[in-house]
Amino acid sequence: MSGWWARQRYLLDYASASLWRRKGRNLVLWAIFAALVFILGSVILFGSAIRREAALVLRDAPDVVAQAMRMGRHDMALASDIAKLKSVRGADRIEGRLWGYLYDTSTDANYTLQTPSAHAPDLALQKGEAIVGEGVARLRKLSEGKHLFLVSPAGRLLKAKVKKVLSPESALVSSDLVLVSAEDFRAFFELAPDQFTDIAMRVRNPSEVGTVSGKGALALPHYRFITRANMARTYEALFSWREGLLLAIATGAILAFAILAFDKASGLSAQERREIGILKAIGWETSDIIRMKLWEAGLISVSAFVAGMTLAYLHVFAMSAPLIETVLKGWSTLYPRFALTPHVDALQVTTLAFLTLLPYIAAVLAPIWRTASADPDRVMR
Amino acid sequence: MILHPPILALTLAALVSAGALVAASAFAVRLLGRWNLASGAQSQIDLEKRTYLVAVALRFAMAVEIAALVLFVFNADRMSAMFVGAMCAVGALNASVYGFPALFAKIALFFGASLWLAADIVDARGRDYPLTRWKYGLLIALAPLALAEAGLTIAYFLDLKADTLTSCCGKLFTSDRPTIASEMAGLDPRMALGMLYGGFGVVLAGAALARRSARARPLYGVVSLAFFAVALAAVVSAISLYVYEHPHHHCPFCLLKREYSYFGFLLYAPLFAGAALGASAGALGLVRTPASLAHAMPAILRRMVVLSALGFAGFVLVATWAIARSGLILTG
Repeated sequence: MSGWWARQRYLLDYASASLWRRKGRNLVLWAIFAALVFILGSVILFGSAIRREAALVLRDAPDVVAQAMRMGRHDMALASDIAKLKSVRGADRIEGRLWGYLYDTSTDANYTLQTPSAHAPDLALQKGEAIVGEGVARLRKLSEGKHLFLVSPAGRLLKAKVKKVLSPESALVSSDLVLVSAEDFRAFFELAPDQFTDIAMRVRNPSEVGTVSGKGALALPHYRFITRANMARTYEALFSWREGLLLAIATGAILAFAILAFDKASGLSAQERREIGILKAIGWETSDIIRMKLWEAGLISVSAFVAGMTLAYLHVFAMSAPLIETVLKGWSTLYPRFALTPHVDALQVTTLAFLTLLPYIAAVLAPIWRTASADPDRVMR
Repeated sequence: MILHPPILALTLAALVSAGALVAASAFAVRLLGRWNLASGAQSQIDLEKRTYLVAVALRFAMAVEIAALVLFVFNADRMSAMFVGAMCAVGALNASVYGFPALFAKIALFFGASLWLAADIVDARGRDYPLTRWKYGLLIALAPLALAEAGLTIAYFLDLKADTLTSCCGKLFTSDRPTIASEMAGLDPRMALGMLYGGFGVVLAGAALARRSARARPLYGVVSLAFFAVALAAVVSAISLYVYEHPHHHCPFCLLKREYSYFGFLLYAPLFAGAALGASAGALGLVRTPASLAHAMPAILRRMVVLSALGFAGFVLVATWAIARSGLILTG
């Protein structure tokens, strides 16, 4: 075994020296490989980080949301329907929610207006008070005690004193949020007192969520019931799909790179040809030269992989992935500024290795063999 | 199809390795017809040269296949979040009729690839490459399996839809249904563990015998495969219960989850390595030792037998550790 190790060490030694002798050419290949790993790695790391964020956000979502439907479109929920739902056994904490969107022409942004839940006493508001998200505060230059002015599409004015600015930690969900009291909300959007946007339900026993929403659908056939698990799966599928789509487009880049690697490995300079001829003449076997060349390919690809992966990590987790974020998470003026929680797991690294190392090695195998199996007398002549 | 990054990676791996195996077996057909080491004709020299390329490409493809098996199972576990009713890899594999066949084809190919790699290593030690015909014959036999594996993997991924209703491992590994999985789950844990430790004794005795006598090596191959089956049955019927500390949770796939600190990888890696090495040593033991390998081949086979026994020992050790540290008491 020790003989085997020593042999590999000498081959590695020779391979690294040989790479260094042609550093210009190899550096180009290395840089392109690292750039490819960087792009694909950013996509994979960002995609899985944002899936984790979405899962964390949904942890606090209601178990079931019921939306009234009319002619296939979303309609307002009525207080009488909430009363009907209360008779469903297993459901507790049923409440009508008031929320809506407001396009603010002065900042060209969409705000989410909402009333705080009755079960969140720390967010309770009086008439004329508001709590704003980090993004709204940033855009409107608001801080505690200042006044927020909003104009509804119908021309109604809302003046509210900012009671609190929500902390940036929750920015992913609360960046564009404006919380106002129910009274202000109804007056602003001209809503009748028995109307709500939708109905949120908590279910006491988590394994009963499906049954409870089924019973709810029987009691209110014109409502659509969405469970939290449904939403989680939708997000998972959506972000996976976007990530996969980007990677599928990048397949073209992988292919182009494989062709480049193939071409580089095939085109031997006269000097290299002579070198291999000499090696063979002094007793190297074909398999030794193949091994040495594989060491070269391994050194280039593994070091470029590590470099690209490190850059991708910094790009995603230290800089919030400025190059790819709009594609993966969608965009808006008020998109939250948030730092993703750093997280890398073996699945991501293995996937990336499969997508980059595998095509590279596959592309250079045949040229390496052709180089190694050349006759010494023919190449030296 | 679900466009999920590991799915793209696995599809690429399946295409590359199946392509390499099919191309290599086309070469193998040519080689079997014309191989004559005594000849100095140009066609023989070309064949000899080309065997280097084929050997390197195949080693690469088989290494990819082995890595792909791990990634496949790991990914199936992660994908379970996307299917209604799935809790672990079982649910994701059950989400399509091709899921489990693809896994079994991958495992079969893993054993075939290990045997081929072992034959290749042995063959390279002889100056006249005495196992070339045998090796390339095996390759032709493996090619349909590789094609089937790639086909099943791709069919599985194409067939996956996010809205599929699937069932979790609790459904598959219960003792009241007439399937092999249920039979394994229904096995009395005391008996399963008895068979495991008894079987390990037989493995050790077989290894000691196979180290000394060449005739015992094929027998050791059979013993390795039998112990592999016994070990899987013990995992389902007893060891998993100890790991989960739950008397009715039999799933051999949940072991691979993060919640159990990826314990399954620690458990399965030595088991699969031991079985692959043992079975390959056994199969190569059936080949008459060529003159040019009179020293090298028995030495390599002996080492494979020892490594295989060490792998099994590693598995038994890890399993015993799981049982000892568990808070569950199954056998009074």
